[in-house]
Amino acid sequence: MRRYISWQIVSIGTSALIFFPLLTLAWLSFSADSALWTHLVDTVLRDYIVSSLILMIGVGLVTLTLGIGSAYIVTQFDFAGVRFFNWALLLPLAMPAYITAYAYTGILDVAGPAQVFIRDSFGVQYGDYWFPEIRSIGGAIFVLSFVLYPYVYLLARASFLEQSQRLPEVAQLLGCNRRQAFFKITLPIARPAIVAGLSLALMETLADFGTVSYFGINTFTTGIYRTWNGFGSVANAAQLALMLLTFVVILLAIEKSSNKRAAYHTNASSAQGKAEKLTGSRQLFAIGLVSTPLLLGFVVPTATLFSWAIGNAQQLTQASFWKLITNTLILASVTAILAVSLALIVAYSYRISQSKISLVAKQIVGLGYAVPGLIIAVGTLIPLAYLDNAIDGAMSRYFGLSTGLVLSGSLIALIIAYLVRFLAVALKSVDSGLDRIAKNMDQAARSLGASPVKVLKRVHLPILRSSVLTGILIVFVDVMKELPATLVLRPINFNTLAVRAYEMASDERLSDAALPSIMIVLAGLLPVILLSRKIKQ
Amino acid sequence: MKNAFIIALLLLVSACQPSSTDEVNLYSARKEALMQPLLEAFTKETGIKVNLISSKADALLTRIQNEGANSPADVLLTTDAGRLHRAKSAGVFAAIKSDLLNDSIPNQYQDQDQQWFGLSVRARPIMITEAAKDIKLVSYEDLAKPELTGKICIRSSGNIYNQSLTASLIEHLGAEPTESWVKGLVNNLARKPQGGDRDQIRAAAAGQCSVVVANTYYLANMLADQDKPQDVAAANKLRVIWPNQNDRGTHVNVSGAGVIKTAPNKENGIKLIEFLASDKAQQIYADVNFEYPVKAGIELNSILRGWGEFRADELALSKLGENNASAVQLMDRAGWK
Repeated sequence: MRRYISWQIVSIGTSALIFFPLLTLAWLSFSADSALWTHLVDTVLRDYIVSSLILMIGVGLVTLTLGIGSAYIVTQFDFAGVRFFNWALLLPLAMPAYITAYAYTGILDVAGPAQVFIRDSFGVQYGDYWFPEIRSIGGAIFVLSFVLYPYVYLLARASFLEQSQRLPEVAQLLGCNRRQAFFKITLPIARPAIVAGLSLALMETLADFGTVSYFGINTFTTGIYRTWNGFGSVANAAQLALMLLTFVVILLAIEKSSNKRAAYHTNASSAQGKAEKLTGSRQLFAIGLVSTPLLLGFVVPTATLFSWAIGNAQQLTQASFWKLITNTLILASVTAILAVSLALIVAYSYRISQSKISLVAKQIVGLGYAVPGLIIAVGTLIPLAYLDNAIDGAMSRYFGLSTGLVLSGSLIALIIAYLVRFLAVALKSVDSGLDRIAKNMDQAARSLGASPVKVLKRVHLPILRSSVLTGILIVFVDVMKELPATLVLRPINFNTLAVRAYEMASDERLSDAALPSIMIVLAGLLPVILLSRKIKQ
Repeated sequence: MKNAFIIALLLLVSACQPSSTDEVNLYSARKEALMQPLLEAFTKETGIKVNLISSKADALLTRIQNEGANSPADVLLTTDAGRLHRAKSAGVFAAIKSDLLNDSIPNQYQDQDQQWFGLSVRARPIMITEAAKDIKLVSYEDLAKPELTGKICIRSSGNIYNQSLTASLIEHLGAEPTESWVKGLVNNLARKPQGGDRDQIRAAAAGQCSVVVANTYYLANMLADQDKPQDVAAANKLRVIWPNQNDRGTHVNVSGAGVIKTAPNKENGIKLIEFLASDKAQQIYADVNFEYPVKAGIELNSILRGWGEFRADELALSKLGENNASAVQLMDRAGWK
């Protein structure tokens, strides 16, 4: 085991980076006011737990249906536009959930055009007709699901594509029909990837603040924020966040145990099977099915944004607006590449060493995704600022030199916070790729004299390419949309598109919020298209 | 690839270290877009460059506390008095010695130890549509009356302005009467609290409710937004009622600022706050966001004039901060979501 010591050191270092903010939460919560805790338990905690659970179950069911369903259709069938849908189904990923929530509220709310139309054309008053209430838990499930299903879709599709098509072919030779072969062979093999996608969607749901707070739903996340701002108690907020974290640990444990029984590897190169050609009404039906998530998750909200942005295009001529775009893009690319590189090291270190400590490191890295950005920001800020001041103190004592805030006042703090939150995503997608490569492949390569680095480079990375790219893509888009941590940790005079969009939207200036939101979507579009092409190859 | 990555990282790190000396670092809970016209005017007048970070007040305060002696923060600006009080209690403010501020800002809108000064006044009256015109509604207390069942729209209790309003009632009425008031109010809600203040106004105009509690500048902003005729039409359906004119007056809050104890540019920080209290800046506050000026003698915006004069609650604003936690507990117990 000692041979892999450098791998393990980096892996442990990475997990320490994630662990420190979480540890800070634990440390903070020691000083929590117990009377306030009792008050929360007596009054609101049940509501937080119940709403969070309902939300997770709802979002889980809908994202699974949408994600697996659309991945199944675009990989198993050939119809007009299938190549377009292959990547277009990822587009909702570029939409920040709270922006989609604003857009749908704008349309469906009591004062929105849909209900105004009903009232005007039928001459009825509010209350005389039934209309679904968008700002409800059902509405939140709808919005979050249509934004988050691409996680399931992406990983499910990658898994369907990476699988050798020979197994289902064999099954068909043995008398299964196509559908039976899919459900009996392809889907079970893809299960680890699907569960990984689902758990990403659920963790994102748990961490969501924007949508639920706008809809007035009291979840754990809104409760944490409320405890902070209402009672001024960071400690009690941290305590709630720790409780949220136990939710996540349970979630991850369920995921682990569900995957334990599933150890499917494939050695064959992913020879593409032939997709069934659809014609006539079956073709139309397929197009209709895959259009729905695209339409509701992307086209409708984006069109709404465009309609709001008309008349506000003069923002485009401002230099400060373009600065927002470059800031956002650079931050997102740096973090995405960093996150996936670290994830590869963490995942690979466990694979080659199989040591307990690198397993623990790997599990810790997976925790951060469900923690609300606001809390991660505080957890990152406190140790970094402490370190900064310690360094500054030492430097001025011994060298008479003040270094000031090197880490906490700079983008380093922000990037660390992003890593805490998003490394789990990168790890999931790398891991689900790595899991599908049989171990005897490593052994064969090693016995031929290749070093671990060489095995990774020559054997694994080519096979993993689509998983690595998937990881980069998700982290990139996630960073572009990230708001709460950015709001707390960004340096002075530094803004991103998400911050601008939020500031306008939270001031209910939706038409001013529209353009930066469109830019987030557009900037997210390019990598979505590029990467999905590469994944497809 | 690797090199490009490192260069990009270095660029990012170095891009934002402010370097010029004649500057001031502002931590603002007020949105960038609302501050920009004021800050530009300040820089034009004084030549002092303003470095800005805008965020949530509690996040900014936590940041200042942890950055400690090395914090670049010179001024913390918040949108409510409760947070100013919280910052003062956390010991991050220094007392400001400025005759200009002392003289121009009325006592009720400044901290008794001069650690913070209010800069704009935000009133939170009741607004009603035609449908509620026959209901006798002259005080906040009336909002709990049974005849208003199913008629009120108000946003969530997570909102600081609702917390401040409840905190003021705790001071005036006592905790128990306030709790039964909140219960009565919750019973009268037309819908689960949701959205922002403008959303309440829109919902009332659409007929979902007829009584709204909201800050006046939201209504004014809607009235003035010619690009959105439907918002103008909605806002026109509501009328402002100034509550408690016969007793303590209508609940008000302030946005305000203080200078940080460890400020590297303390003098410039004071200059910035003094500028924000100047006639010119007060006019900008009124014109950009339709807030009430904090000092006398500033001409009101015509929309604000249209609602008439009102008597403002003169409760010491620090009470809003002191009572904030009990207000939230009470709202939790009474089931205000």
